[in-house]
Amino acid sequence: MTGDEACAEGALAAGCLFFGGYPITPATEIAEHISARLPAVGGTFIQMEDEIAAMASVLGAAWAGKKSMTATSGPGFSLMMENIGLGICTETPCVLVNVQRGGPSTGLPTMGAQADMMQARWGSHGDYEIIALAPSSAQEIFYQTITAFNLSERYRTPVLIMTDEIIGHMSEKVIIPPADQIRTEWRPKPRGRKDRFLLYKPGPNGVAPMPAAGDGYKIHVTGLTHDEKGYPAMSVEAQQQMMERLKRKILDNRDDIIMVEEHQIEDAEIVIVSYGISSRTSMAAMQQARAMGIKAGFLRLITVWPFAEEKIQALAQRVKGFITVEINLGQIHLEVMRAAAGITPCHLVGHHGGTIISPDQVLAKIKEAF
Amino acid sequence: MPAATKTRAAHQNHPLEDLIRSDRIPHIWCPGCGIGTAFSACLSAMKGGGRNLEKMCMVSGIGCSGRAAGYVKLDSFHTTHGRAIPFATGLKLGNPELDVIVFSGDGDLFAIGGNHFIHAARRNMDLTVICVNNLNYGMTGGQAAATTPHLAKTTTTTAGNPESPFNLPLLAWASGATYVARWTILHTRELTECIQKAISKSGFSFIEVLGPCPINYGRRNREKPMETLRLYQEQTIIRNNADPMDLDVDFKKKVVLGEFVDKQRPTCIESYDRTCRLPE
Ligand code: SF4
Repeated sequence: MTGDEACAEGALAAGCLFFGGYPITPATEIAEHISARLPAVGGTFIQMEDEIAAMASVLGAAWAGKKSMTATSGPGFSLMMENIGLGICTETPCVLVNVQRGGPSTGLPTMGAQADMMQARWGSHGDYEIIALAPSSAQEIFYQTITAFNLSERYRTPVLIMTDEIIGHMSEKVIIPPADQIRTEWRPKPRGRKDRFLLYKPGPNGVAPMPAAGDGYKIHVTGLTHDEKGYPAMSVEAQQQMMERLKRKILDNRDDIIMVEEHQIEDAEIVIVSYGISSRTSMAAMQQARAMGIKAGFLRLITVWPFAEEKIQALAQRVKGFITVEINLGQIHLEVMRAAAGITPCHLVGHHGGTIISPDQVLAKIKEAF
Repeated sequence: MPAATKTRAAHQNHPLEDLIRSDRIPHIWCPGCGIGTAFSACLSAMKGGGRNLEKMCMVSGIGCSGRAAGYVKLDSFHTTHGRAIPFATGLKLGNPELDVIVFSGDGDLFAIGGNHFIHAARRNMDLTVICVNNLNYGMTGGQAAATTPHLAKTTTTTAGNPESPFNLPLLAWASGATYVARWTILHTRELTECIQKAISKSGFSFIEVLGPCPINYGRRNREKPMETLRLYQEQTIIRNNADPMDLDVDFKKKVVLGEFVDKQRPTCIESYDRTCRLPE
């Protein structure tokens, strides 16, 4: 099946029961596939009037107690930014898939890119932390969609899956394990007296339990800066407390959230850093370099945000340099540079978008730079 | 008033107290504002309908009217500007047992949120939408709205509004709403009855409430608070089932109030279940 279909299947395996969508190439197949599957499992699909509404409906369904999601691409991702911010501020679990295509604007609707990575990080206004994953195959997007739901439930936050047109439209073998072999998580439910419940009072992992509308807690949910009760609080102190909570629940759990894969890193002198579809390019380039006697290693970012900066910092102490491979003009490359902090040279093998990067380009850069 | 009665009155609870987050009072609404009256009519309707309040939610957008969700002691959601309806749509679809009431202003529901309004009405989403129409953007200091009368003065139309306003009941009717009514804040009894009816009725219900914004709209249009209320009394006429084409808000003529649409068609959820779900 295609990556898009595998994503929809992963969502169903994770227990997703609501999809609010809007058609857009190259993400439409996710909506098509899940719209046909949801009714039979007791879920609901709705095609909204635009992506703003789609994202708003996803948040509404999450507060009704359902696991909910949407999928889009560049222009729709831009429109969803408003309510992604509401989701972050109100700590609403949900999953949003961006099947990236070439931009800016309408760009290259049918051709892939990885150029929304910084938008994923900073696209909604204000400071915040976000979780974003990047799958590199149809099989992986199946599992990653489940992981994305688990993380969103665990940390009460929107989680992004930053895939791309190439994976979305590529057909690959996908094995779907039996349901009892899939681990699914649910947001912790509050206990104790309903009238004393505080909607944003963090539990041990920095995350507050979350009731659903209709559970009798009479919760108030607002996108205004709010206190632990959820009430608007227009003060510098309230802003600081809320922002710290939003930040800490992600950053203090970095070890749990950040997933990377290391290939021949132990003795590597040159480390290729990549994610998503470009990690397949990078893997091939690393193997070819090794065959040529170059000590290359490969660090694959499975979690792109929060960024694995400690990993890069540690490697920067001992390797000769980094090469970041991504289908954009240098986004994660900037993060690698930031983490390497001038200790180690950082190079980019980038692309304007529309096609994958070939391993030859990576090899050429290795030879040129080192 | 005899002293004894007075003391007893002081200890009496407000009849709507159990529906108000009293720890959030005082509210932000200005003296003379119409929102509070519309809000208490809404609360009375919620309470009086005999429905399970635990399953009742209020969703608001942004603006003065949008603050209503912050004062009601129910599950309540204060969302982004214009997006109360699509948020409410997700809430209702996520749990069809909920009674979902959208309470917001004209700027929120009909300018930035206009697209969502017509689509929710078209799909007959099971929501009760209450719009306090005060003819301008109050929260931001009185700018022109999609409801501002032609030639009215606002901070962005100091020479008079060059544009023409929406006829909201006509828009709701044309979009497919199954219940449409309009009252002013002077007509609280009728308003409360209509809201109660709208909540218990399935499908997309829309109630427009004309309410003054003396601070921003009234002041700039030489309308003293009492004058606005006098207009509501003298320049309105109740005509149930009026032709939606005749429902422009123009106080130089008579503004028509009443219940304009009350019909039945399958709701979004009923149609979805019938069309998309296989029979058991
Ligand atoms: S600005 Fe106008 S609408 Fe807002 S609270 Fe004051 S009177 Fe009411």
